[in-house]
Amino acid sequence: MLSFLFRRLLQTIPTVLAVVLLVFVLFSVVPGSIVTSMSDDSDPQVELRMKKQLGLDQPVYVRFGTYIAQLATGDFGTSFRTREPVTVMIAKRAWPTLQLIFAAMAFAIVVGVPLGFIAALRPGGIVDTIAMVVAVSGLSIAKFWLGLVLMYLFALKLGWLPSFGYGDGGLKYLLLPAATLGVSPMALFARTTRAAVLEIMTADFVRTARSKGMSETRVVKWHVMRNALVIILTTVGLQFGGLMGQAVVVEKLFSWPGIGSLLVDSVLQRDIPAVQGSILVVVLAFLAINLLIDVLYGVIDPRIRYA
Amino acid sequence: MMFRMIAIVAGLGLALAGSAEAQTPRKGGTIRMTAPYGSSFTSLDIHTTQRAQDEIYAKALHRSLYIWNSAEGKPVLELAKEDVVSGGGLVHTFKLRDDAYFHNGRQMTADDVIWSYNRIMDGTKAYPGARFVRVIEGAAAVEKGQAKDISGLKKIDDFTIEMKLTEKVDPGFYFFTALTSIYPADEGAKESFIQKPIGLGPFKFVEHVPGSRIVLERWDRFYKPGKPYADKIVVAVMGEAAARDVAFRNKEIDTSVLGPAQYVAYQSDAALKGTIVEVAEVFTRYMGMNPTFKPFADKRVRQAINYAIDTDLIINKLVKGKAYRATSWLPLTAPAYDKAMKPYPYDPAKAKQLLTEAGYASGFEFEWTTSQNESWGLPIVSAVIPMLDKVGIKAKVKQVETAVLAEVVRSGDYQAFIYSQASGPDPLAALKCFHSSTPQPACNYTTFKNAEFDKIVDEAGQADDPAKRIQLLQKANALLYEEAPVWFFNYNKAVMAVQPWLKGIQLNATELTHQNVEDLWVDETSPAK
Repeated sequence: MLSFLFRRLLQTIPTVLAVVLLVFVLFSVVPGSIVTSMSDDSDPQVELRMKKQLGLDQPVYVRFGTYIAQLATGDFGTSFRTREPVTVMIAKRAWPTLQLIFAAMAFAIVVGVPLGFIAALRPGGIVDTIAMVVAVSGLSIAKFWLGLVLMYLFALKLGWLPSFGYGDGGLKYLLLPAATLGVSPMALFARTTRAAVLEIMTADFVRTARSKGMSETRVVKWHVMRNALVIILTTVGLQFGGLMGQAVVVEKLFSWPGIGSLLVDSVLQRDIPAVQGSILVVVLAFLAINLLIDVLYGVIDPRIRYA
Repeated sequence: MMFRMIAIVAGLGLALAGSAEAQTPRKGGTIRMTAPYGSSFTSLDIHTTQRAQDEIYAKALHRSLYIWNSAEGKPVLELAKEDVVSGGGLVHTFKLRDDAYFHNGRQMTADDVIWSYNRIMDGTKAYPGARFVRVIEGAAAVEKGQAKDISGLKKIDDFTIEMKLTEKVDPGFYFFTALTSIYPADEGAKESFIQKPIGLGPFKFVEHVPGSRIVLERWDRFYKPGKPYADKIVVAVMGEAAARDVAFRNKEIDTSVLGPAQYVAYQSDAALKGTIVEVAEVFTRYMGMNPTFKPFADKRVRQAINYAIDTDLIINKLVKGKAYRATSWLPLTAPAYDKAMKPYPYDPAKAKQLLTEAGYASGFEFEWTTSQNESWGLPIVSAVIPMLDKVGIKAKVKQVETAVLAEVVRSGDYQAFIYSQASGPDPLAALKCFHSSTPQPACNYTTFKNAEFDKIVDEAGQADDPAKRIQLLQKANALLYEEAPVWFFNYNKAVMAVQPWLKGIQLNATELTHQNVEDLWVDETSPAK
């Protein structure tokens, strides 16, 4: 297990380096420069001084090397715009983003998995039909629109929840953005669970279990659920990464102080260190979650071994 | 006076302001403003950012030498009590307030002013306020690293400074924005300042939740007696107009900037119509034409474009009336705006005739660089293209990001572009953007060059008599109309919805969201106690 973890951690290094390199190259070729956008000055001498101060007078490969050396010491650099260390900027936003993503994921799992499970137990029935309509709608609805509808309904019409903001970070502020973000994975989980359960229900080992006289409850609990979980877990892992990207829209809509909105603003303002830092954190989180999922495979299904 | 007239035209806004004046301001409560121009504030170091978004909170936290007075339509002294002018209009001796205290309890002195201006001129940091401070003699040398201190700034005593300018201008226009805020010299240099800024404004910093809000509370030692009225200000970052709309209707926020679609919706809603305030801001939207592109070198072609476009139709239908038709460069709120001047009429026949005279009877083709902006970007260009096509001019669209467009206009790498540019509040500075000595990257984006225009603007700059100056500026503005270096599209009509319990809103033509918050107050019907 430990050697597996160590190997997987080593494998993340080239991925991280590739991402950092890609972002570096992209921001070297896209039009628009921080220097010209920050200064209205026409004096090339002043622009040159500023470039030097920001390290932008160096060739890309030198800057890349410097950045990698900084990263090795845990330094993500200093924001061109705010003059704050990028780690500080990200640290301020990490917790709200995690809150939002975990809440959305919890909503998606708690609603989506049972929904798919119940639908699969009575395929073609009324529950199945309703569940699949909900699932297809959930996958199709734009988050921005859904968020506005939820705001309108739960804030403006019913007055149960605030329509925007972080407040004290409490549940009442979290519910609407989390539900908005969680609807799409919820729908996916429902469909995946349904498909997985339907497939497993017809598997040989399930038929064998039934023929041995095992009760349907035990069959479902011991054979169907456990086997379906591996498939569901894979989907959950992949969705975590997706949610980090999708959170941008929700954060902006609900004025939620997460990394997504930091990333968007940094891109628009050509704040390269902040962009790199934000992307790096998202990538690292994605890799960490997938590693965790890999470990969980073995816990759920002992047949999976870490060779 | 001009501002009052505009306010009367705006009508609803003045009704609100008028009713506010008639009541006694209430002490206490929370003002809940919104920052609508993005999903976060750039920085808590206001010297580093020129975004309108950031100045919304900065107006509560910081103060500059001058402040914008919306009622008078001009900058007035704020941190100074007196300005004695000498040296042929170049030397200003400011008597500073001796009752201004920073939020750490320390009294402001001349050292803080000098320290702040020297900081802004640090050329390695490219503070955007440098373009204003540069008017002080010796400031440019500091920026270039040739001097340590601005030679034109002298401390006479703790509360007196002498400022020598490089040209005869009204320093009020240069030192009223938050970009030139006065920082406490000792604290401003510390790393911690970015996390917990200290200013001289009516509210002190409490909390910043990046991407969500800034919270400020009343500063009891603010120098204006009895002010501020409110206990607290919360500025919520709300870049999405639809979300602001729900929050405003739900009474969760006190102000909301309206876009064209919402402007129409609010006007047609009896419950919301009365919340609208509007003002002509000092921004001119236009299509700039590059004179190095042969057809645009001919004045008749540029005029033809102005005749060929049904500007009123675009403003009414596409911009939903949320703009004022531009006649020439200076906006409605400029003191030198000439009310008698009429905009180019929609006259395709005249356009065709001018094109024929210029040798382009069969038209020509050009590339038009634009952003996606809904009020002065792609939707407008798309509407104009068929109108130009009607007179034989073909336009190819080149779409770029707004940040890239800003570079394009400065570098001259375009045949034509559509843009929104500050055309005030100082009419002289606005017209100087067309002076041949003004470099293209500074603001002469169309590289306009006209000896007669230069002469008039120079004369205006030297004129001591304000009436004479205005007359000359009107003349220069009229010359621009005639030369048509741009298609004069519109002046921005800023529209904001204000809850009925929020009083004292000022019709600030420089930016409606920038309020002198010490004058705002909420009555007892506000849901935020």
